Amino acid sequence: MRHYIQFRLRPNLRDAKGEHIAQQCQTQLQIAVGRVRTARLFTLDYPIETDRVIFYAQSAIQDRATEELSVNTWWQPTDFAQAIVVANLPGVTDDLGRSARLTWSDLFDINRTDSPIIYAQQVYYFERSLSVEHLQLIATKLLGNPLIQHFQYWQQGQTFEPYFPAVQLLQAPSVATIDLKQSDEALLQLSQQKILALNLAEMQAIAAYFELPTVQASRKEVGLSLPTDAELEILAQTWSEHCKHKEFNATIDYRNQETGEQKTIYSLFDTYIKAATEQVKKQLEAKQNYWLVKVFDDNAGVVQATDKHLFVWKVETHNSPSALDPYGGAITGILGNNRDPLATGIGGAILLFNTNVLCFGSPQYNKPLLAGQLHPKQILEGVVKGIADGGNKSGVPTINGAVVFDDRYSGKPLVYCGTGALMPYEYEGKPTWIKEINQGDRIVLLGGRVGKDGIHGATFSSLEIDENSPATAVQIGAPIVQKKLADFMQVACRRGLIQCSTDNGAGGLSSSIGELARLSNGAVVHLEQVPLKYQGLQPWEIFVSESQERMTLAVTPQHLTELRALAESYEVELTDVGYFENTGWLDVRYEEQQVAYLDMQFLHDGVPTKQLVADWQKPKLMPAKIPATLDYNQILLQLLASLNICSREPIIRQYDHEVKGRTILKPLMGKTHQVPQDAGVIRFDFESWAGVAVSNGILPRYGDIDPYAMSAGAFDEGIRQIIAVGGRLPNTQPNDGVFWSVNDNFCVPDSVYHATKNPDGKQKLAKLVKMCEALYDMATYFDIPLTSGKDSMKNDFKSGTTKISIPPTILYSMTAKIDDVRQTITSEWQAAGDLIYQLGDTYDELGASEFYQLYGQLGQQVPQVRPQAAKELYLNVMEANQQRLIQSCHDISDGGLAVAIAESCFGGLGANIQLDSLSATLSCNTLLFAESHSRFVVSIAPADQVAFEAILGNRAYRIGQVTTSPKLVIQQQENTIIDTTVKSIPLQW
Amino acid sequence: MVKALIITGFGINCQEEMVAAYELAGASAEQIHLQQLLLGNVSIHDYDILNLAGGFSFGDDLGAGKVLANKIQSQRLPSGKTLLQEITTFIAEGKHVLGICNGFQVLVRLGLLPNTQLDGQQEVSLMTNDSTRFEARWVHCIVPPKHNSPFLKGITQIELPVRHAEGKLVIAKAEIQAQIIKDKLNVMSYSSSEGSSTNKYPENPNGAMLNCAALTDITGQILGMMPHPEAFLSLYNHPNWRPLLRQNPDRSKVGEGLQIFKNIVDYLSDK
Repeated sequence: MRHYIQFRLRPNLRDAKGEHIAQQCQTQLQIAVGRVRTARLFTLDYPIETDRVIFYAQSAIQDRATEELSVNTWWQPTDFAQAIVVANLPGVTDDLGRSARLTWSDLFDINRTDSPIIYAQQVYYFERSLSVEHLQLIATKLLGNPLIQHFQYWQQGQTFEPYFPAVQLLQAPSVATIDLKQSDEALLQLSQQKILALNLAEMQAIAAYFELPTVQASRKEVGLSLPTDAELEILAQTWSEHCKHKEFNATIDYRNQETGEQKTIYSLFDTYIKAATEQVKKQLEAKQNYWLVKVFDDNAGVVQATDKHLFVWKVETHNSPSALDPYGGAITGILGNNRDPLATGIGGAILLFNTNVLCFGSPQYNKPLLAGQLHPKQILEGVVKGIADGGNKSGVPTINGAVVFDDRYSGKPLVYCGTGALMPYEYEGKPTWIKEINQGDRIVLLGGRVGKDGIHGATFSSLEIDENSPATAVQIGAPIVQKKLADFMQVACRRGLIQCSTDNGAGGLSSSIGELARLSNGAVVHLEQVPLKYQGLQPWEIFVSESQERMTLAVTPQHLTELRALAESYEVELTDVGYFENTGWLDVRYEEQQVAYLDMQFLHDGVPTKQLVADWQKPKLMPAKIPATLDYNQILLQLLASLNICSREPIIRQYDHEVKGRTILKPLMGKTHQVPQDAGVIRFDFESWAGVAVSNGILPRYGDIDPYAMSAGAFDEGIRQIIAVGGRLPNTQPNDGVFWSVNDNFCVPDSVYHATKNPDGKQKLAKLVKMCEALYDMATYFDIPLTSGKDSMKNDFKSGTTKISIPPTILYSMTAKIDDVRQTITSEWQAAGDLIYQLGDTYDELGASEFYQLYGQLGQQVPQVRPQAAKELYLNVMEANQQRLIQSCHDISDGGLAVAIAESCFGGLGANIQLDSLSATLSCNTLLFAESHSRFVVSIAPADQVAFEAILGNRAYRIGQVTTSPKLVIQQQENTIIDTTVKSIPLQW
Repeated sequence: MVKALIITGFGINCQEEMVAAYELAGASAEQIHLQQLLLGNVSIHDYDILNLAGGFSFGDDLGAGKVLANKIQSQRLPSGKTLLQEITTFIAEGKHVLGICNGFQVLVRLGLLPNTQLDGQQEVSLMTNDSTRFEARWVHCIVPPKHNSPFLKGITQIELPVRHAEGKLVIAKAEIQAQIIKDKLNVMSYSSSEGSSTNKYPENPNGAMLNCAALTDITGQILGMMPHPEAFLSLYNHPNWRPLLRQNPDRSKVGEGLQIFKNIVDYLSDK
């Protein structure tokens, strides 16, 4: 029996959502729609009388103070011409519907599974009569995403037929087999057709494995001969670029045409990243610093934070899904990243903060959109909403972040999500960071149910996106489901009920069970036990689905009963699906059917090493052409309004920075609450003042001139932001407890050479090599370890012959211990009369600067990091902070000195600046706008001048004084070159 | 010692700072999972003050606080009573209830605030902000000179963060609004930094009617507020803490929000 319930605001009340939609129709689509009213709609198919449905609607859903409702009658307001109804497509996560079902079971006091499935929909009424084209445009560009949503259009005078997005899958579960004794072309076609993302060598290796007599004999014993669909899928997930990092582990023939250097690199990861951390570890231990606890081989990096707590840190990307459905991609990104610290070691860490870095095309992007490509504005809006909901609803403060604009991100945006967490050092004497599994431990699934959502996420993210990309790769995160799960894990781990845990992300169960089973060397899985969202999934789909908010646990059998009872009281679904063993086989069954039987060693180590070629040629660079006479007032204002410098306040205010009550440095501070800060700082707890600072270094533009300089510069940017807020370099004293934990995240375009499809692939790969070289040099020079990270290798958007590729991008997300958060430094001027200094030297380095960008120029001299000078300066700044001599400090980055000074004025105090002391030779353009690294603008109290200059020596250039009037005046040789009132200019989209 | 109960679980997020607030104010505070109350393992009557903390209970999917309110209203405890009936008894015994943000939204849906007609019907609503966005910002608030809330004793102005997407107080009926004004139940209004009540965005972050940031009931025992006092326990939470300290290095390092907890704990200790 079909019912529908509609709720709308009483007519006398203002409909803010409706007004917002009307405004967006006008500003974004140039369609005048008149007034818009919104309504909530719920549909259900359930044998119950209408009066009971009315009772439910009134008791459980209606806002009795403000809403009217109708049941099984469509509201037809005479003054509105049309309506659009937006529903989720069958199988797409429907949080509202799920809550409506839950509240049904509460109200009628019946089991959730006996309650009706309820579908939530949203209705928008439009006053004016609109063309079909306009309605469709509004529906697909503003109200929803056709990949995951269903749109229904209603006209005044028509009847209304409600939509019921029930999932109907009629196929019985079965296992298919595939003969791999095929031609090379057929194998490649198979890989493509099944979205396996495996190349010929990999397909051949798999085919050869199944031909091995020993393998065939073992398979025969379990009743298998030809490879099954599930086996192929499991291998594809496990061997995906996403999971196995095949390009970072490839053998690379590298040639540098600029220097003549030639070398063979056996794994970029081993040679540069892992080796850097191993070297840093040696250097740390040589000075009795032992805080590095666990790197690379768990879901997140682990360092010792305090006597009792470990700090767990993870940053990763969620780019491809965010290109298809920005909201779903981003919320799944942040929630998925949260699960990494939650499932590190035994599990049960408490999330402390989030950070995010987003790279988009310009919101003013005006090139024609390719098939399947969303406008950057739509991507920005959706991603920000997803990040906001993911963090806010989980109660995790977003304390820091960055947004980078470049039109090369208009095909695939980059969505970096980071999460820091605290985990007790031990649970009842047992070290928390170690994963151990014993033979016979149960495999337990926790959290959300499995549907078709997210099938092929891991393999799909290893391919470029095109208009045919699968909608099933899109998922929508449900923060509340994960919140319950996290609360439960905290308690269960502390009670010693969990042996260890891992999250279900890319590759689903195939990946999580496959990974955990390495610890015991085998597992038996019964897929018919896995709880499903709806019937009709094939066994292989159950095993590789990436449905969200799930964990896989290893549980000692005797703890299962207690764990189950605890899970029930936390409303977390828990299912026993098998056990770990040490047979060396991954043994997967569905009832009596054998689904997969794979050799663990082949599964994890059988993937052939890729052979790649990299060839570096210096790009041809031209001197920048800049007008001879310039109006610096005008240029400064242009820079402050430019996309990469203007204020992120409209985005930042959508993120909760305060929840948990421990945030000390937030993204925006000062009297006006508008001064951007260099790093976020949060205290660990309410008992002490110790905490952690977090920063993000990212400079993709610099890579157009020199990817080494880009990577080294981003590393320096991350360090100097933490030094700016009062952080300390590591390893300066024996056993000083100053941990640093850095995650590297590489996002690059397809860097595998192909004569026609990717003719500049060798140059792109060479860029990656240079980025890695810089990483090694910087990390080992500063004793700063990489503890975890991620790479995303195919960031291209393709349609026909057109390809939009991102610039190679590296993000360093840095965290460092702060001994006393009350001693941290902010960037706004503190008091009129304070003396202003530039610390560090400016060089003739305007290449790739924001200043050149104003004139569409790239230039030649990109900022270089001079590690020795940088380190000496940072040690001086630390010393000055130790003596509390620095009042304000802001690092000099995008827009150079002029912008750094202007931002320090955003708190309401001004500055008088004199450039002459800085250099006798450098041009005014360079002094004002060069982005040379390792520099700060600081202010100090006049009384501290002698002590301060004694420490900084010739690294400090006194350039002016803080003033009461909110004006910025900059002079050079008696000439006033800037005299203007500066204020923060918000980003608009 | 005053005993504070802070309900947690199912998407409630601000329990840790609530515990810290009560402990700093000199009370003992316990986080109790909602399920423990619903299963009857813990009784609210063993405590002096019941707290509904901020967060997104049950994801706020059906409207902020709606599902939690439904559970409190309809789910039976082993005693046969609903949690709402227990809370009503708790209040009748002269005990106190504080709801912050999501907690305020729940109290409003339960009809406990403002309850001008004393019939426990929902009279007002906290709706989507006029900006239609989540708003995380610090706001100035003023407390009127005459009110009956022991939580706000001695406070005339206060600066606190708001963090919500549904915080616009809407009073659908004129007679309810008149009663709220008459009974002085609007105990906190968004204001300019100079201290005059304002409907201007972003000083008033959501467009609330009466510029209302907090409501009490006629007894003064219940307080619901959108801003988060538990997020301003220390001066170092304030966005301008460094310049403030520079101006006056000897100023108190305590956050203004703590006063609300001190007030109620002192009031209950004296009783």
